[in-house]
This record gives sequence, structure tokens and C-alpha cells, in this order.
Amino acid sequence: MQTTSDEVLIGRIAGGDRLAMQVLFARHHVRVYRFVLRMVRNEATAEDLISEVFLDVWRQAEKFEGRSAVSTWMLSIARFKALSALRRRGEEELDDETAAAIEDHADDPEVALAKKDKGAALRQCLTRLSAEHREIIDLVYYHEKSVEEVAGIVGIPEATVKTRMFYARKKLSELLKEQGIDRGWP
Amino acid sequence: MNTANEDGRSEIEDLLPWHAAGTLNPREAQSVQAALASDPELARRYELVREELAQTIHLNETLGAPSPRAMAALFAKIDAEPVRSAAPSINLAARIREFFASLSPRTLAWSAGAAALAIVLQAAVIGGIVLKEQSAGSYQTASVSGSASGEGAYALIRFQPQASAAEVTNFLETNKLSIASGPAAGGLYRVRIAATKLPAADLDRRVQSLQSDKVVGFIAPTD
Repeated sequence: MQTTSDEVLIGRIAGGDRLAMQVLFARHHVRVYRFVLRMVRNEATAEDLISEVFLDVWRQAEKFEGRSAVSTWMLSIARFKALSALRRRGEEELDDETAAAIEDHADDPEVALAKKDKGAALRQCLTRLSAEHREIIDLVYYHEKSVEEVAGIVGIPEATVKTRMFYARKKLSELLKEQGIDRGWP
Repeated sequence: MNTANEDGRSEIEDLLPWHAAGTLNPREAQSVQAALASDPELARRYELVREELAQTIHLNETLGAPSPRAMAALFAKIDAEPVRSAAPSINLAARIREFFASLSPRTLAWSAGAAALAIVLQAAVIGGIVLKEQSAGSYQTASVSGSASGEGAYALIRFQPQASAAEVTNFLETNKLSIASGPAAGGLYRVRIAATKLPAADLDRRVQSLQSDKVVGFIAPTD
């Protein structure tokens, strides 16, 4: 069975093919939703935003030049929409200290359990990263984007992508250390 | 270690997250693989990267999915858009891609055929292992009489693209693993790593030890 490529679907969408739009939506909406949700941290807002993202895809399909993967292009649109929504909401990205203060459950049972379970501790620390660091970790590890693709989505040079990833990982190690887990790095 | 070596390690170390995610080009991937083979400290740090990768996937997979409301809202908006011209204006690149997609030139057919054969062979080997284990009752205890019982400890695994079917077979047999389902999206298989449920800490330890095998691209505990 041959699967129609995303690029071919975009070509059909440019011609007004509603079915192609349904296929593209079915293929990508969960990942786009999760990317947006990790940025805006509100399910209702994330749902509203993904319909806006795919509406932009519908409207701009004709302009898509295929210089990046369709999924990369959609994540770029999604990122822009999420940042705009955060600005509208007056909830600019939280700095590290504020985020840590909000999500610092120092003595609660969840943290106590996390200390025993390294995986759970790591996941909890991932939620405590700054928006900038969460974003790059998600793009690299979950959305499987290359250095070049991340640079395109976030709008930063490739060297900065690597540096930012290094500092995101370093911060993760620091947060784990606060929970009593020393990874011996960096 | 001298400064030149440290600089070299740093450059390679920067690439580890992408190596773990499988998004490096073949040349970079080869450099990283060679460095990992010769530098135990780098290999130790690579394990940290793989832990991060596994837990990032785990975290994102727990975020759920949007409700059908999102799709309904999208198509309501699309329906409200002006109707497009019947003649599609597809850009040149898309036209070329669609053109090739519609043809079956001999070279494309041969390469596609070879790729398909490789996939079928690998699937056959893996399928054979599953059947063999099911029929022989391998790796099952008296408390787990059927593979569909859902009992046991499981992990999600993706094999390295360059791993051969023989290497995968050997890996599964050596570690007494059986494939429960797959491949799912992203080439993920669900493998049973123990016939009975394991405590989370034991499961993590087992998964961590499997991570070090060269045929493993990604592995994480699952239900």
C-alpha cells in the first residue's frame, strides 16, 4: 500500500481538496496539539490553536515551496500561533525561577515518589524547564527534528540550537540534583 | 584527556541528542558511533541522553489528544472560506513529486522492491520468532498461560535502522525477549521482557541494560 506523501497532500489542498485536508489533519493533529499544549499549558487554548494552525495550512498551501518537511512547516506555524496566544493572554513565558516556584512541590508525596523513580523524576523536571528549554527538548526528542529543522522552526542559527540544547540538558541535570539525583554530568 | 580531545568530545557530545533521536546524517552518525565505541565516558553520557529521550516521549505521550471539537471547528471554518478555483495551482515541485508518485519506472520499482523485500524479510524473521515462542511456550511461566493475557513486563523498542534481521534475532534471543505487537508508527515494537509484572525500579534497570545494545535505537518501559 502506498501512502500519499505530505507534500502531495499539500499540493491537493492547494487545489481545494477537502479530503486531502482531512488526511493531513488525521496524520498530524495529535503531535501539533501536544507541541502547542506544552507551550500554552491549557487544553482548550491548544484545541482552538490547532484548528487555527490547520486553517493556515489550508489557506497557505499554495505558497508551500517544499523547502522543509510539511511537519516542520506546520510546527513553525503552530509555534507562531502559540506565542501570539500567550502574548494575547498576557502570560509571557515564565522565567525559570517563577516556573520553579509555581511547580515546586518540595515535600509532597509525588516528589518523594519521584526520588525513588528516576524516570518519574526526570519527567517532573522536564515540566519544570523554561518554555525555551521545553520547546527545544520536545522538538529534538519527541518531534524528531534535525538541527537544521529546529533552527528553521525556532528562527535561530544552527550553532545556537546546539548551545540551547546543551543548556536545556544542563538545567535538567541541575533540577534532578535538587531532587537528590546526581547524574555526574555536566 | 588533552584539550584537543576534549574539544573533539564536546563537538561529538553536542550531537548526542540528535544521534539518539536518529536525525543525524549518515556521516555524522558514523562519527558519533565511532567516538562512542572508543570513549567510555562519552558512552556513559550518551546513556543520559537516551534516558532523556525516553522520558520526553513518555511525557508527551501522556498529554492525550484533542477532542473531535477541534476538527469540527476547523472544517466549519474551511466551509466558510471562499470556494477555490477548480483548477488546482500546484507548485512545480509538488507536480514533479505527484508525477513520479503516479509512475512506476523500472529503477524506482527495483529499489522499492528491494526495500520492500528487506522489510518483509525482517518482518518474517520477527514474526517467526513470535510464532516460535508462542508455539513453544518460551519465556512463559505457569502463571502466564497465554500471550494475550496481558500479564508480564513490557517495553517499547525501536531498532537501529542499520541493524540487520540476524542481529535483531540474536538480540531478542539472547535477552529472552518476545515481540508482543508492532511495528507501530515510528517503527516501534512492544516487546515482553518478563513473563510477570516487575516492580518499576526493576523494569527500569532491565530497560537500561538493554539500552546499551547496538541494535537498540530507542527503548522505554510501557504497560
